[in-house]
Parts: sequence; C-alpha cells; structure tokens
Amino acid sequence: MKRLLPLLTGLVLLLSACGREDLSALNPQGPVAQKQYDLMKLSIGIMGLVVVVVFIICIYVLIRFRRRKGDNTIPKQVEGNHTLEIIWTVIPLVLLLILGVPTIKDVFGLAKDYSKDKNAVQVKVTAHQYWWEFEYTDYGITTGQELIVPTDKVISFELAAADVKHSFWIPAIGGKMDTNPGSTNRMYLEFPKEGVFRGKCAELCGPSHALMDFKAKAVSPESFDRWVAAMKAPAVMPADAELAEKFTSQCLSCHAVGENGGNSAPNLTGVGGRQTVGGILYNDEAPTEQNLHDWITNPEAVKAGAMMPSSEDTGLTDEEVSSISKYLADYKLDY
Amino acid sequence: MASHAHGHKVKRYSGLMDWLTTVDHKKIGILYLMAGGFFFLVGGLEAVLIRIQLMYPDSNIVNGQTFNELITMHGTTMIFLAAMPMLFALMNAIIPLQIGARDVAFPFLNSLGFWTFFFGGVLLNLSWFAGAVPDAGWTSYVPLAGPDFSTGKGVDYYVIGLQIAGIGTLLGGINFMATIINMRAPGLTFMRLPMFTWAIFITSAMIVFAFPALTVGLVALMFDRLFFANFFDVANGGNGVLWEHIFWVFGHPEVYILILPAFGIISEIVSTFSRKRLFGYSSMVFATVLIAFLGFMVWAHHMFTTGLGPVANGLFSIATMLIAVPTGIKIFNWLFTLWGGSIRFTTASMFAIGFIPTFVMGGVTGVMLASAPADYQYHDTYFVVAHFHYVIVGGLIFGIFAGLHYWWPKMFGRLLNETLGKITFWTFFIGFHMTFLVQHFLGLLGMPRRVYTYLGGQGYDDMNFISTIGAFLMGIGTIAFVINVFVTWAKPRNASNDPWEDGRSLEWTISSPAPEYNFQQTPLVRGYDAWWKEKMEGKKAMTPAEPIGSIHMPSPSILPLFMSIGLFVAGFGFMYDHLIIAVGGLVITLGCMVIRSLFDDHGFHIEPEDQEKGVQA
Repeated sequence: MKRLLPLLTGLVLLLSACGREDLSALNPQGPVAQKQYDLMKLSIGIMGLVVVVVFIICIYVLIRFRRRKGDNTIPKQVEGNHTLEIIWTVIPLVLLLILGVPTIKDVFGLAKDYSKDKNAVQVKVTAHQYWWEFEYTDYGITTGQELIVPTDKVISFELAAADVKHSFWIPAIGGKMDTNPGSTNRMYLEFPKEGVFRGKCAELCGPSHALMDFKAKAVSPESFDRWVAAMKAPAVMPADAELAEKFTSQCLSCHAVGENGGNSAPNLTGVGGRQTVGGILYNDEAPTEQNLHDWITNPEAVKAGAMMPSSEDTGLTDEEVSSISKYLADYKLDY
Repeated sequence: MASHAHGHKVKRYSGLMDWLTTVDHKKIGILYLMAGGFFFLVGGLEAVLIRIQLMYPDSNIVNGQTFNELITMHGTTMIFLAAMPMLFALMNAIIPLQIGARDVAFPFLNSLGFWTFFFGGVLLNLSWFAGAVPDAGWTSYVPLAGPDFSTGKGVDYYVIGLQIAGIGTLLGGINFMATIINMRAPGLTFMRLPMFTWAIFITSAMIVFAFPALTVGLVALMFDRLFFANFFDVANGGNGVLWEHIFWVFGHPEVYILILPAFGIISEIVSTFSRKRLFGYSSMVFATVLIAFLGFMVWAHHMFTTGLGPVANGLFSIATMLIAVPTGIKIFNWLFTLWGGSIRFTTASMFAIGFIPTFVMGGVTGVMLASAPADYQYHDTYFVVAHFHYVIVGGLIFGIFAGLHYWWPKMFGRLLNETLGKITFWTFFIGFHMTFLVQHFLGLLGMPRRVYTYLGGQGYDDMNFISTIGAFLMGIGTIAFVINVFVTWAKPRNASNDPWEDGRSLEWTISSPAPEYNFQQTPLVRGYDAWWKEKMEGKKAMTPAEPIGSIHMPSPSILPLFMSIGLFVAGFGFMYDHLIIAVGGLVITLGCMVIRSLFDDHGFHIEPEDQEKGVQA
C-alpha cells in the first residue's frame, strides 16, 4: 500500500491539474505541442503498465513470502527459468517498438524545414543574456521580448545565441530548441489559437536565467498585418525636444524605436503595449509606467547581470526617468 | 611484529600515521567512506538550501548567483565526491574479501587513488572560502563556463579539482579490473563471481574507458581558461557543442558507473535476505555487460535539443530505449529471487526492496525521455530533475544505504542499530518520494530546471512546497543514519563472521572485521555462492587451498599522500598564476614518483605465529 500511494497521488495530480493554458506542456495549444503530448500520453500509458505490473508482483511477493517467526526452512534454490527470461525480454522489446515507431515518425516530422516556404513567416531568434530578439526577415522588422505571430501561418524559426547558450521554449505551443552561439538551429511552430503564451529560457545562462521569460502573442492574420505596418511606420519620438535628445543620446545608443537607434538591446517600438517590462515585471500587477521607472532606475535590482546601466550610471535624473517612462508607457501600437 | 622480508624491517605505524600511510584496502575503504560521507553531508546541505530557496515563489533567501553556485556544487559534489567515493568505499571494503584475495592488485595505487580524490575534493570545496565558486552547472557548458563569460576563478576550481579527483577514480578503475582478473581464489571462475564483484568489474572497465574523455575535456577547458586556447571559443574557430559531446561521452557512462554497483549490492542483499540463490544469475551478468556496452552508445540523448538533426536524434532515441530491456531483465530477476524465498526485513533488505519499485519509476521516465520529440518538452525541466534523482538517489543512494547497513559489521565488527536504521529508511524513503514525485509534474507544467526562483500563480507553488518538506524529511533520515553510526561506534565489536546468518559469499567466512591479511589460508571455491554451498553441506569453514604459511604484505607508505599534496599545491599555483608554486607542487609529486621508482619496496611477511594475534583493521 505504501508503495501504491505515490502512484495514486501521481494519477490524481495528473488528472486534476493540467496546468495553465498558456504555459503547460500538458495543455497543448498548437499542433506541435499536441504531437508531443500524444507521444507523452502513449509513453505514459505503456510505462504505467510496466510500473503497475512491477508493483503488483512486488507487493504480492512481500506479503506472500515474508519470513514467519521461527521459520528456519531453506527455500528451494532456483537457478532461473528460460521461458520467463524470454518473456521479460520480448515483451519490453514489443513495447519499445510500439513507442519507437511514432518516435521516429515525429523526430522527422518535427524536423521539417519551412525556411524556404513562401507561406511561412520567417523569424530569426537571437537569445541574449537575458532577453530575446525577434527579427522578421521577410518584413525587415525587429522586436524584443514579445513575439507576435499570425494564427494562419507556420512560423519558421532560425535560432542562435549572441553570447552564451540559451534555449527557446514555449511549452504550450511546442518543445524547446537550444540557441547555440556560432551556429543556427531551425524549428517550426504553429499557433492556431489567439492568445498570449508564456515562453522561457530553458538552458542555464547565468544568474538571471530564471528571469529570462518572453511572451508569444498569436493574433489574427489581419491584426498581424496591421502590426507589421505599425512597426514599419516612422518612430514616435518624445514630444519634448530636450527629452527626445536625451532619449536619443542615452537610450537609442543601444535600443531602437522604429528606424532610429541601435540593436544591441531590445527594440522598444510599441513597448508600452507589451505585457511585461523586461520580460518579468508584469504590467497588470503594477502600472506600466511604474515598472518602466523601476527598470530604468536600476535594472540590476530586477535582473542581476543585465547589461543595461542604471540611471545613475547614465546620468539620468529621476525627473528624466519619469518622463521617459511616461513616454514609453504611452508608446503603444494599434493592431 | 616481526618482519623478515628480504632481511630488512618495515616500519609499522599506529594512530593517525597508520591512517595516512595505509595501503590496506579495508582501511582505505573506511577512509573513502569518511570522506565520501562528509561530502555527502556538504552536498545535502546545499540541496536543502536549494529547496529552502524554492519553497515559496519570488523568494529571495539566496540570489541568482549564489543559487547557481549551490546547484553547481551540489551536483558536482554529489556525483564526484559523495556517490563515487562511497561506492569506492564498498568496493574497497568488500571486493578483495569476496574474491578471496589478501588485498587489491596495486595497494600503493589504491592509496594514491584515495588521496588524489580527497585533495581534489578539498580543492573544489575550498572555492567556498575563496569566494569564487563554480557557477556554470555540474555540466559546465561553454561558453558560460569559458573564459569570456566566467571571468572569476570559480570554474577553475571545477576544472582543476575534478582533474585531480579524476586521477583517483581512474586509478581505482584500473586497480579493481586488475584485481578481479588476477586475484580470484582458486576455483572462483568468472561465472562463479558474486554479482557485486561482477558489477564492480564491469564498472571498473567503464571507468577506464569513460574517465579519459572527461580528463581530455577538462584539460581542454583548462587550456581555454588559463592559457587562452580556443578549443571551445566560437569566435576563434572553436566549437561549444564539442564540449557537450565530450562531457556526455563521459557523462552518460558515468551514470551507469554509478548505478551498476548499486545493482550489484541489491543483488547480494535480495539474495541473502530471501535465503535464495540469485534468480537467473547468468542473464544478470549478461544484462550488466549489455547495459555497460549500450551505456557508451547513448550520450547524445542529453543533447536532443542541441540541434543535431533528425537522424542523430532518431538513432539515439532507439539506442536509449534499448537499455530498458536489460534493465527490465534485472528488475524481474530480483523480483523472482524474492519469489518463493523467505524474506527477512532488515534495514538493508528494506532499502534493497524499496529500491526496486523506486528504480522502476526512474527507469520508465528514462524511456519517456528517450523519445526525442517528447524530450523537446521534458528537456531541462523539473521532469528531468525528477528522473535523475529517481535513478541516482532512489537507485544509487538507496543501494549505498542498503550496502552500508549490510556490510557495516564486516567493515567495523558491529551491527548498526536496527531501530534507528528503520527510522532512517522510512523518513528517507517517504521524504524521497515526496521531494521528487511532484517534480515530474512541475516540469510538465513548464517549470525549467536550474531556476533560482519562479513567479507565483503559475501552478508551481504547492508542489514546490511539498518538495521542500520532503527534502527536510530526507535530511532527518540522513541525520538518523549519522546518529546510528555514532551510537554503534560506542558499542563493543561483537559481530560474528556471518552476522546475518544467511551470507552466501566469501566475505562471511572470515572474522568481522577481517584480519589485516584477510584470509589466513586462501579458500578453495567449489561453486557459485561458495560459502552457502559449504554451509548447506554442513561445513563450518571453507576448504583451504594452501597450507598455513608466511603471508606477504605490502608495506605502508606516506608517498601517496605527498604526491596528492603536490598536485593540490600545483593546482593552486596554476589557478592563481604563480608558476613557481605550480612547479614546486609538481616537483613534490614527481620527486615522490622518483623515490618510488628508485627504491625497491618488497613489503614484509606476517609469520604464522603472528597471524594468530589477528591484527585487525
């Protein structure tokens, strides 16, 4: 009974909670994750069978053959049994065959290359310590931290890392793929349902590895087209000329808005409309402006090891930080 | 103690000097146990700190950097400095006794192996005091562990500590291979070897093939870090994925190096405490060999998401699944050894029997992980953490606890307290399942591994809390064991030769603990389960294969200790760029080697009149 208990607890947990729709691999929201989930179910089924058989034999043996007090008989010394040996060699082989065939089918199925497919959206993912860069090569636009995808097309990813190894993972949509420095990997995903899905970095990449989250937002095809158009539109700079200059000199040396600025830090076009600041400060828990203010004042306090200097280092006064935060919080794209 | 070897006297030591100079496999076994046990407590403390940090969401007890240091040191310590040495402790304590030998093939190397492991481990752990702790994971993937992104000394402690400790492991592997091949008692043919000896023989062979890969990798990483080589530096034509291959070409066989001895221990205990011959002995041997062979063919299943392409992923998926077949054979053979037996429940047999279903649970998740497309979801999540703790803790550590309770009387002459033992078993067993069962689900719900914190409201909170409480229970179990050791220590040495009464192999034919020379007369082995066979025929002792005579013994030596100290000093010299110190350290080591080569050491003899005095470990 003691040994059955963990199994039962496991089954109860499995049945009762499949986790969040936007996060759990047990609650697949796209065909890739669905295929993987089907394979998981098949393997859990087969393996559950094995576990049950072993547990039953084990419990039976422990009850039936325990030594009674004062029992000093010597049991029969059995050398072995060829038939039994063959049975427990062949049955596992058959079970593995049942699992092996769909495994091979999916290994090749999921490796399908959509990089030359005109109908697929090509996205180049570059992982940085500790943020994600998404470049839409066909559209000539780049964004950071929030991946926007249409629901009607296959998304073909080209993955690489700018510094150390990371791993790109959106559990509800599909399994992960590592981003290696110096070489590129490919994979495809599909997002048939609209919604925002949580993405994570799955390879230890430094002190803020745990905080390297991103979002994947699936939108309707029309909405996606509007987003692309809005991204390509001229940047909206701060209205105040002095602030605009400060913003350009202090922020755009690394960041970019629209066509202005650099690309060594996340693109900020439409940053006010994103779910989070820095991938980890949720804008529904605190006002966007507040989150931006916290982040710009001291990024190190939010994400240890982040490259961005604090406002003290960049020489921004608290007033300027507030104005920049307000400007960025209001910078939303209409799509 | 008269010693007449080749007309010169051999100095015998007592007290501390005895332990520092010993080449006796039984004492070296105890040294391994003490050092390994100490590092096990250190690694356990790190584990508890990890779990305390993860007990609640958004926790800030340690920061991301410290957390990464804790996980790196926990993994590295547990694998290299706790699990392996505790296995080496049992190997040393038992293997020569099981094969009817007077010591290992190379007693001096055995001592050298212990001291290099010990000083490697000390060097690695001194990083906590130097304030530069390895923080790139026990796998130390580059470039995170490379010179560009790990600018401190932390990873240097990892590469140099493990290289020094690795020498010890490699020496142990060579030594035990040679011992088992050459030093078996007359009549003890390979197909009569006890299962534990078989397991250690195969493990030793795996060490000999796997550890050089680690050494090469560590040397390359050391050159990258200390001398600006470019083995793994992408910008200069190196390749980071190469490190992953090298690491896992070592790393996967390593997990079988850890688990095969546990399989051996379980086989012995299950057979002894059910009073039955091991069911399907020859298929058990065959399965062990097959697992070892396949163990070298599956390393890339740790790299399914690295992007090796569908052909490699497919092949490694199938190869990995195949390992389930010989493992299944072993599981069912254990169950059928119990079947029809007369099972006695002691702490040792409870750990062994608890091992079987637990290891099956770890094994089936292994097959699940082998399916590459599904692994894209499991990889680097808490599912994997749960899986490898099921096989390493639920497999290996249960095996070590079983083995320690079983062989404790043979090592120390005293039986461990059974009440405390059962408290250890139940707290550790329940705590273990509580800690790790829920982690499977955490992983499937999207929690990556090696995260120092997690946001609340993602469905992770309750299970992380349960997991931490389980870890505390395991801690209590470990403390109960430590108390047991001290309580037992205070008791008189009164264990009989065969304290479990159902012993089957040669170690139970001699006194507990064994005399310095193990067997006064080498026994003649007449079949599998040599001692059981004699007992069943009504005999009270083994038939001797030789008359009583003078016994040749190796002499103690302080050189292994000095050679290891030399490497330890050299390691620090290289790390902190003081070449003089580095060279000085190497001179100590090489000087000892010269002394060892130039001065013949013929050992000494224990004459029959002294043998009766029963010089004991």
